[in-house]
Amino acid sequence: MKKMKWIVPTLYIIFLMLPIYWLLNMSFKTTTEIINTYSLWPQEFTLENYKTIFTDSTWYNGYLNSIYYVLFNTVISVAAALPAAYAFSRYKFLGDKHLFFWLLTNRMAPPAVFALPFFQFYSSINLFDTHVAVALSHCLFNIPLAVWILEGFMSSVPKELDETAYVDGYSFSKFFFKIFIPTITAGIGITMFFCFMFSWVELLLAKTLTAVAAKPIAATMTRTASTSGYELGLLAAAGSLTIVPGAIVIYFVRNYIAKGFALGRV
Amino acid sequence: MNKTINQKAWFFVVPVFVLVAFNAVIPLMTVVNYSFQETFGNNVFMWEGTRWFKQILQSERFHAALGRQFLFTGIILVIQIPLGIAIALSMPKEGPWVSVCLVLMSMPLLIPWNVVGAMWNIFALPEIGFLGHTLNGLGFDYNFTQQIGDAWFTTILMDVWHWTSLVVLLSYAGLMSIQPAYYQAAEIDGASRWSVFRYIELPKMKKVLTIAILLRFMDSFMIYTEPFVLTGGGPGNATAFLSIDLVKMALGQFDLGPAAAMSLIYFFIVLLVCWVFYNLMMKNEEQS
Amino acid sequence: MSKITLKDLSHSYLYSQSKKEDWALRDVNIDWKDGGAYALLGPSGCGKTTLLNIVSGLITPTKGQILFNDDDVTLNNPVERNIAQIFQFPVIYDTMSVYDNLAFPLKNRGISKEEIDSKVLEIAEMLELKSTLYNRASGLTADGKQKISLGRGLVRSDVNVIMFDEPLTVIDPHLKWVLRSKLKELHQKINRTMIYVTHDQTEALTFADQVVVMHEGQIVQIGTPVSLFEKPKHTFVGHFIGSPGMNILPCEISSGNVFIDGNKIETSIVNTKKENYSKTEVGIRPEFIKFSNGGIPIKISKVSNTGRHKIIDSECSIGRIKILSKSNEEIPSDTAFISFDKKFTYVYGDDWIIE
Repeated sequence: MKKMKWIVPTLYIIFLMLPIYWLLNMSFKTTTEIINTYSLWPQEFTLENYKTIFTDSTWYNGYLNSIYYVLFNTVISVAAALPAAYAFSRYKFLGDKHLFFWLLTNRMAPPAVFALPFFQFYSSINLFDTHVAVALSHCLFNIPLAVWILEGFMSSVPKELDETAYVDGYSFSKFFFKIFIPTITAGIGITMFFCFMFSWVELLLAKTLTAVAAKPIAATMTRTASTSGYELGLLAAAGSLTIVPGAIVIYFVRNYIAKGFALGRV
Repeated sequence: MNKTINQKAWFFVVPVFVLVAFNAVIPLMTVVNYSFQETFGNNVFMWEGTRWFKQILQSERFHAALGRQFLFTGIILVIQIPLGIAIALSMPKEGPWVSVCLVLMSMPLLIPWNVVGAMWNIFALPEIGFLGHTLNGLGFDYNFTQQIGDAWFTTILMDVWHWTSLVVLLSYAGLMSIQPAYYQAAEIDGASRWSVFRYIELPKMKKVLTIAILLRFMDSFMIYTEPFVLTGGGPGNATAFLSIDLVKMALGQFDLGPAAAMSLIYFFIVLLVCWVFYNLMMKNEEQS
Repeated sequence: MSKITLKDLSHSYLYSQSKKEDWALRDVNIDWKDGGAYALLGPSGCGKTTLLNIVSGLITPTKGQILFNDDDVTLNNPVERNIAQIFQFPVIYDTMSVYDNLAFPLKNRGISKEEIDSKVLEIAEMLELKSTLYNRASGLTADGKQKISLGRGLVRSDVNVIMFDEPLTVIDPHLKWVLRSKLKELHQKINRTMIYVTHDQTEALTFADQVVVMHEGQIVQIGTPVSLFEKPKHTFVGHFIGSPGMNILPCEISSGNVFIDGNKIETSIVNTKKENYSKTEVGIRPEFIKFSNGGIPIKISKVSNTGRHKIIDSECSIGRIKILSKSNEEIPSDTAFISFDKKFTYVYGDDWIIE
């Protein structure tokens, strides 16, 4: 029975890969082939769809926009969360527990609840259709997450490390940047990974807060599907390309993932 | 860890507080504001008191959406949690296959949600999609854009595809933290495979499983993009979950007052459930 | 209850073995009598836990055989071997009560309720766990939990051997004494074969009738605590056992006599035929060195008084020598001469004793 164990994960992975394969399969087909024939692999293999995306600025700008605001959000989230997580892991202060729970409640807020007010709010401060707006709005769920994960990692670092550094004459800032941050690089890596991931996959807010200049790739796709006819091949190619950044990121952090989850913080 | 009392620690928290408050408090106040008023455009508002709340709480549309939401969340939890545990249990514990499994299994988690919807749309289309074509080929009359049952089946299958890996990764991490001595002791005590699971693996996974259930509850309760792209809430309103219904009301019909009231009730339900979970979790942590 | 024989056991965690270092365990041969108390002693990484896991059946050895009462059990699993093992840190079933923890191994073997009940109560009484019998096991202190692990080994009255893998590691020092004497007492009461793995010589020497000393995957000596102290068969045993350990000094052997830096030494060596050793050394315990008027000249560098005796650090021309003397004895200052007790002075060729 033990020998047959590999079957379960294998079947599961096949199940996971099937729709992805189908998307790739479609992306290499011509529109006529998609509509007229059913085939397990492209009969007339074409790169046209990808060519369109890489040459049409409305398409590739979508990617660039997404990457801009995702990176921007990741940096803000982690930078702001680092000192806060340190405070939560090391100190007791007035209202700390309530504050922590309040932060977490924002991770629980359905984005749909906030879509409309966000639109009005960011319009009123003239940030509508900018990368900054999307990056800031994603802080709503990414900062609580970042604080939560980092707090977990920091709590596992013994307090003696801080005390030793102070005894050795380090100032707080020198200790924090020279000693503390290097000891939790794994944690920071995991946090950045999750911030990247959640900002990258989110669409509702990103779509609501942009029109043209900062439109994310995901939103570009929905528009194409409805306005310029039924271009499934193009849609499939664009979709396939959105998988790439995630796949790259996950490959780099694969060894940390289990560790990050093991701390019970996601 | 014993923490020192230091009120200055607030300074460390200020950036986070400001950023989140900026995003959470101001929009939330807007929602609260709308929920008590009626508007006819042009920034003219009339005080309506709790009328919208009463209207929403009594409306059949809301009841139906809430019912669908609970049914959906219940079904995916019942499927994903045991399935995730089962897969984690049968995953290799060491060797090169671990990385392969982790990377491949994490893939769905990193695909933008509307792409997930679009991908499943293409995958499930009756004529040209693999799933639709295969099911129809096997003699099932499958069409998720027309038949309610098929729409639910596809939406649930999509969510299982999308999120089971999260449960797998969490359970796997929980399993990896069990010292080999526990298995050895159980072997010596003559424990059956079921006993090992029941008395060693399950208790040790309790913490990560609580988190898995909490996250899956939260996220499935907020689900919007994937079913919106896949089915658009249809056929009819068959798969219009709370978020979809809410956006329809707020952005589609521009019924700001009722939509705001619904938002608050919706948020309140999520908070309530999460608060209960959070307290259970903290209680567990204190015990161990 | 049975005697245990290990025959030519070798084990490697690697798929192929080319050099000595690839083996975690080499050529182990041991006879353990029924009902004895044995210890496996050695530093971390010497292979003692591997050996223990081979006996319990958690690991199948690469080569060799394990016999229980002359029956070959090499390929049997732990349940078939009917053994009990207590691990380094307490292994308890968190969600069960203390009672259920103790009853677990019996339940798994389909033993009747009444029998389980009487057995569990008996063991709980013996281990002083009665007052917490119906509490959740996860709420107990580390030593309480370790008692439960121990109890799960003891409830089965028919086990062939009970094995302990450094069971006191996570226990507070003052409780170590309590648990250790408890173990000794239990051994006398139930008279079952016990094998105790540790890197702590005090634990091994106080617990066991016979100690197996291991070093780099090999057994270097098997003997009673006294023989290990008085006649170490390997420089490692001399060095590892005793506090401070044996002095090991390079020496030359020529025409049947032993010389340390030109000074002739009287030793217990009988056969002084010179063989081709790559190194030869004299071993002498600090306890058996005396100050005298002639002999090896030394320079005293430090004297520390432990209360019961004094430890003298000194240097001679070829190395450091530690000397142990009574605390009221006068210690010569600066320079002195020392002589060795002939009966306890041994010569080692390539680390093994020359007899």
